[in-house]
Amino acid sequence: MSFEIVTSSYRLRTRRRAPWQAPLRIGLYSGAAAVYLVLVGLFNALEQQSLIEELFPLGQAALAACLVVGCFFATREGRLATRIASGALAGTVAALVFDLLFLLQYVPDIRQVFIVAAPRLFRELNWGLGDPIGAAIAVAAGALIGATTGAVAALPLRPRRAVWSSLIALVAVGAFEEVLIVALQGASALKPLRRLIFAYDALSPIGALLVAVAGAAVAASWPRGGVKTLLPAALQGGPHRRRALIVLLWAALLLSPLIVNAYYAQVLLLIGLYGLMAMGLNVELGFAGLVDLGFVAFYAIGAYTVALLTSNNPLAIADLSFWAALPLAIATAATAGFIFGLPVLRVRGDYLAVATLSLGEIVRVLVSSDALKHTLGGAQGIIEIAKPAGFGLTLGQPWQIYYIVLALIVVAWVVSRNLDRSYIGRAWAAVKGDEDVAQTFGIDLVGYKLLSYTVGAAFAGAGGAVFATMIGSVYPASFQLLISINVLAILVVGGLGSIPGAVLGAAALIGVPELLREFGEFRYLLTGIVLILMMRLRPQGLVRARSPASRA
Amino acid sequence: MAEEIGAAAATIVPSLPTRLRQRWADWYRRATWVDLFLAVVRIVILVAVCAGVLNTLVSQRYSATEWFSFIAFGLTIGGIYALIALGYTMVYGILRMINFAHGDVMAAGTFAGYFAATVIDRHGLIDSAPLAALVGTMIAAAACSALLSLFVERIAYRPFLHVRSLAPLICAIGVSFVIEYSLRGFFGTGNRAYPDWRPFEGSIDIAGVGVPKLQLLSITAAIVLMLALHVVVNHTRLGKAMRAVSEDRDAAALCGIDVGKVITLTFVLGGALAGVAGVLYALVFKQIAAFTGFFLGIKGFGAAVLGGIGNVPGAMIGGFVLGLVESTGPALFLDGLGIAAPFQLRDVVAFSMLVMVLVFRPQGLLGERLAAKRA
Repeated sequence: MSFEIVTSSYRLRTRRRAPWQAPLRIGLYSGAAAVYLVLVGLFNALEQQSLIEELFPLGQAALAACLVVGCFFATREGRLATRIASGALAGTVAALVFDLLFLLQYVPDIRQVFIVAAPRLFRELNWGLGDPIGAAIAVAAGALIGATTGAVAALPLRPRRAVWSSLIALVAVGAFEEVLIVALQGASALKPLRRLIFAYDALSPIGALLVAVAGAAVAASWPRGGVKTLLPAALQGGPHRRRALIVLLWAALLLSPLIVNAYYAQVLLLIGLYGLMAMGLNVELGFAGLVDLGFVAFYAIGAYTVALLTSNNPLAIADLSFWAALPLAIATAATAGFIFGLPVLRVRGDYLAVATLSLGEIVRVLVSSDALKHTLGGAQGIIEIAKPAGFGLTLGQPWQIYYIVLALIVVAWVVSRNLDRSYIGRAWAAVKGDEDVAQTFGIDLVGYKLLSYTVGAAFAGAGGAVFATMIGSVYPASFQLLISINVLAILVVGGLGSIPGAVLGAAALIGVPELLREFGEFRYLLTGIVLILMMRLRPQGLVRARSPASRA
Repeated sequence: MAEEIGAAAATIVPSLPTRLRQRWADWYRRATWVDLFLAVVRIVILVAVCAGVLNTLVSQRYSATEWFSFIAFGLTIGGIYALIALGYTMVYGILRMINFAHGDVMAAGTFAGYFAATVIDRHGLIDSAPLAALVGTMIAAAACSALLSLFVERIAYRPFLHVRSLAPLICAIGVSFVIEYSLRGFFGTGNRAYPDWRPFEGSIDIAGVGVPKLQLLSITAAIVLMLALHVVVNHTRLGKAMRAVSEDRDAAALCGIDVGKVITLTFVLGGALAGVAGVLYALVFKQIAAFTGFFLGIKGFGAAVLGGIGNVPGAMIGGFVLGLVESTGPALFLDGLGIAAPFQLRDVVAFSMLVMVLVFRPQGLLGERLAAKRA
């Protein structure tokens, strides 16, 4: 499960290529990426919003970003002239590839194939100037952007960083502008600032300039070693400073739902819920190396247990409060994990992934079938689940349920950290490293795997219980494979085996897309791309798990 | 002399009941509580299935015609599973990894086939030359799937060729997601309906029972392709290279085999077969959508494991067995157990079978037991 074990001495050769080949190839790729962006519908979705009011729609910005990123990779070495030339070459090639898109409108019935290929799309792509002029403009823009990227790439470190970070700041502010505008509206003291930076629903030209300058200023004042020198300084500045930081973090976690509006409280709640589940999967996949794609089954079991025990519905088998049902839901999910785990945990690796995936799917189909309709409600599900209540007040609002999730996360955190640091965690690490060797050392494979699977299932059950009471109803349609994959992606992004990583990953993969609402249905596409990129570029995740050796 | 040896052997080799008793004692001595639990699970499942079968057969709820059509349907879907399974089996045989995006590669092929078929239909070729039109559709689908499979290999498997980790698995899940949502973005969320292959509509009378022509066609096409693949694997240079790489990658490289090329071609071949499987699926079921591929792929994997993964004839047999169990299972044992609406639980039967094969017989029907380090 570690990422360094070499299994084969056979290696691929890298061929030496002519200097113009790399920009050509990269140009082709980034042009293809731009075409893909348009055809998959992302361009259309982004086109509704502007980056800079009336000047620069977000869709065009995304296409330009494709180009800039491509040219960035094409101009990584060489002298100024070489860099400019290869940038211009890559940009031109990309634009030429992109121009092929214009040919698409002459294909008969193209709308039958690509649903986005409406005449309006092509008018937007050529700025309403007709195809030949539009195509020529695209090529000119491509060459210009490419050459500029090359020139920037040849700059010394500090100015180069300033340019890139001003661009990144611009894109970041543009992407989150909806959120920022709402946030700035809340505080009346900041009203002049909002007026200055934002026009009605996008950056104003002056605002864009200000944001770019701010980005450049941040880059210019950045310390030499980058983030790495900043963070330890804050974290390792003696126990007092560290403690202060933790107190601050707690204050932020406790107070944030009170400050923000209901929608953001809901987002925070979702992040917490997925973070809790990711911590569960972390016990299975991160600690013990068990790939579980049927994780959603335990989530469903937790949710249905709460539904059956607390709902005000003929199907309910008891009339408990949420507080009584929660431990029962966790226990049921853990038991289910134990029973499922018994047969399944004898298989390993890819086989385990498929076996658990099948179990998850079996649970979903069973729950939605008519055969169990009289006990679980079939496709109609169970409605009217009671909200948590106690001491005369009902916790129905998202920000109230957020505190329940926060408490559960704290419990899960302590449990998984202590397990990880105990002899159990060492046994898990051994099983993860090599099952055969672990067995040779007398580790009871089945027992430890079962333990990890049961604990993971319990966390998922807790997540499901909160989900049921949060939504107020459970339907089989809520428990798709999608959720398992989402949780897996969170864990991969956060860092396998890292507990803070699980929560951070949830914030990155659930919180960020929730705030970038213009992406809508494309968020899952992004989840897939993020999975691939993380595995290729940073397999250890955002937060690297401490290796068992350094635990001492 | 011979008699003496015979007599000696008779005294040394114990009788069958004794041997069975010894084996049982041996098993019982070694068994852990998990083994005992699993044995109980096996017995419970066996009893439940037998009871269901007996009950259904005794009550005679289904006529012979219905059974025949269940079987014909099972063979049809089984042939499709078998074609998908071949892709899994070949990739697994060479890389010891599951290509999680294989089902979605197939779905992309069905879309390519759909567009080819609509163009062909517009020119009236389905009516004038139905077989050629079908072959053209299959070629379009196979080409698209093969190309995409190549892409999957480049993105998710090539970079991780030298490390043993979960990275390719997770990467392939990511690719699968990207393909699904790209198909959805490109072609919309709605279902698309394949054109009717009018000359092949209707059914043929076999032993007094009507079997749809398309199902027969689908089974035939699947078998022809499997035989073709069998020939490729066993009687061509490429097949020999593939077998060599699957035995030992390093040794194959030492013998001058271009391992990278063989891996790529394996993915291409598997992808092409998946594309054809997609067209056959679409011909029988008509409707296609962006998300049809994934679970078909998982079932295809189940077929591959059932037959013994890495084993080409095994994948074919596994596909047909899985198809038959899936199509007759609900009627055969679920109905007999008195479960309401058994046909909704077709997937439960298929996936339960998959889990049971993975747990109880991971080497499959034909496969040799994979050493632990390989599995």
